[in-house]
Amino acid sequence: MTAQSKIAASFDVDKARADFPILSREVYGKKLVYLDSGASAQKPRIVLDAMRDFAQSEYANVHRGVHFLSAVATDRYEAARQKVQSFLHAASSDEIVFTKGGTEAINLVSYSWLAPTIQPGDEIVLTVMEHHSNIVPWHFLRERAGAILRWVDIGDDGALDVEALDAAIGPRTKLVAVTHMSNVLGTVTPLQQIVARAHAKGVPVLADGCQGAVHETVDVQALDVDFYALTGHKLYGPTGIGALYAKSARLKGMRPFNGGGEMIREVARDRISYADPPARFEAGTPPIIESVGLAVALDYLMGLDRKAVAAHERDLLAYAREQVRQFNWLKVIGDAPDKGAILSFEAEGMHAHDLATILDREGVAVRAGHHCAQVLMERFGVTSTSRASFALYNNRADVDALIAGLSKAREILT
Amino acid sequence: MTDLAMDSALRELYQEVILDHSRHPRHYGVLEGASHKAEGYNPLCGDRVTVYLKLGEDGRITDVSFQGKGCAISQASASMMTDLLKGRSQGDAQRLMEGFLHLVRGEDASGLSQDDRETLDVMSGISEFPMRVKCATLAWHAYKNALEGGQNPAEEGAT
Repeated sequence: MTAQSKIAASFDVDKARADFPILSREVYGKKLVYLDSGASAQKPRIVLDAMRDFAQSEYANVHRGVHFLSAVATDRYEAARQKVQSFLHAASSDEIVFTKGGTEAINLVSYSWLAPTIQPGDEIVLTVMEHHSNIVPWHFLRERAGAILRWVDIGDDGALDVEALDAAIGPRTKLVAVTHMSNVLGTVTPLQQIVARAHAKGVPVLADGCQGAVHETVDVQALDVDFYALTGHKLYGPTGIGALYAKSARLKGMRPFNGGGEMIREVARDRISYADPPARFEAGTPPIIESVGLAVALDYLMGLDRKAVAAHERDLLAYAREQVRQFNWLKVIGDAPDKGAILSFEAEGMHAHDLATILDREGVAVRAGHHCAQVLMERFGVTSTSRASFALYNNRADVDALIAGLSKAREILT
Repeated sequence: MTDLAMDSALRELYQEVILDHSRHPRHYGVLEGASHKAEGYNPLCGDRVTVYLKLGEDGRITDVSFQGKGCAISQASASMMTDLLKGRSQGDAQRLMEGFLHLVRGEDASGLSQDDRETLDVMSGISEFPMRVKCATLAWHAYKNALEGGQNPAEEGAT
């Protein structure tokens, strides 16, 4: 045995697989091989159980009633906030705003922090490998306020050159918005260096951590990042919840985005005052049950040796990378050093959707398409790619199934 | 479904006629002197196809072509469509299109003529793959939009 047995000392993939009920199901009579965790990860049983148990025995609205259940539910909700705080190593739980996902977290920064002060000609620096959720909110500011989007290119291997990014930051740059890990290429960006360069010019940094938070250990204080967005459903938690970390100094100056219950201090006929953060940004009834699920998912992750998990995922990627070398018709897109466990590729003479259909019938779930990253597709001159993304519960047998499926697709399609 | 049945569904979807059309599409390229054209765009995969039409004095489709890149299903469907549309009256083409849409959705396609039914039979396997029906209908919607001079509705939300 190879690297995998060494990793097994601190991370047992077989044991982890048993935690995820869905992995035992079949599709089309074949064992499910789920290689689409980059789109959304499966949930461990304890997350599903915790959400059901909470809803069955402890549920009520939060921050409202004086009754017993409301107090219990509020405690659980605020405990979830503290869990996110410790997961991100934030200084205070007041710096964690719950959102409905990563997209809403980034939109919140756009609407509440940048939009009120942006002027025509102000610049936002972003890389060509951003997900649409870290592009479109800035396009809104281009359309509505005359902001200029400054695009930073990447190398042919998908690596980001910090010098190139630094060079794009000018006197009118108001924000650097950059992914922590590309959802297509797997490229992990040197966030600490990026933040240092941007701060040297007085520019704050927003990191899209929807992928990065899953695979990297994040310490927002060590990174000194100003904003960090994450989503629950890629972190083995439920859909409908995500979070924005923002430095408290930034949050205090931000205007509310959604208006409604929970986010006010006082409302009268002719005046209004707002609650302090984070409540100011959490109008309406929040995703309470989901917060409980997210907290358990983060506990689950933090209960694992995360370095060993990362090593396991990278071992799978290296194994898959090695296996696909036998296919001279397959071109991997994204080979940056130390990249995360995502394998995107183009197959000569085979469209990604045809390939994905054939893999699907083999039980192998991959993503085919532009991955909400059309600027990146354009950068590489393709309209779509196939993507296998690996999670902690994947194993080498999953890679073998992918490889066998690719051979079969080749046989059918060419 | 058993392994064998699954395999045969796949092989029916990607049978030789389909693959041949996708590798060697008929009527491919810009049509000189086209009177109508429209682009079909599938925001799901980013595939694009442009359909060109030339209508005669009597409204008959005297020539038709397409250009674009896409999956085997969308390319084969576009290629077969151009083969079938050429020379038809608009009414006849409309019946053909409706029948085709029924066929790939696994609905009653008895509106198709015997000849068309036989030609299009190779596309009927798509009804087993509901996620791929849009691929098969991409060029047909572009044709319809070209005729009506309208925009591709799928694209409105995407731009």
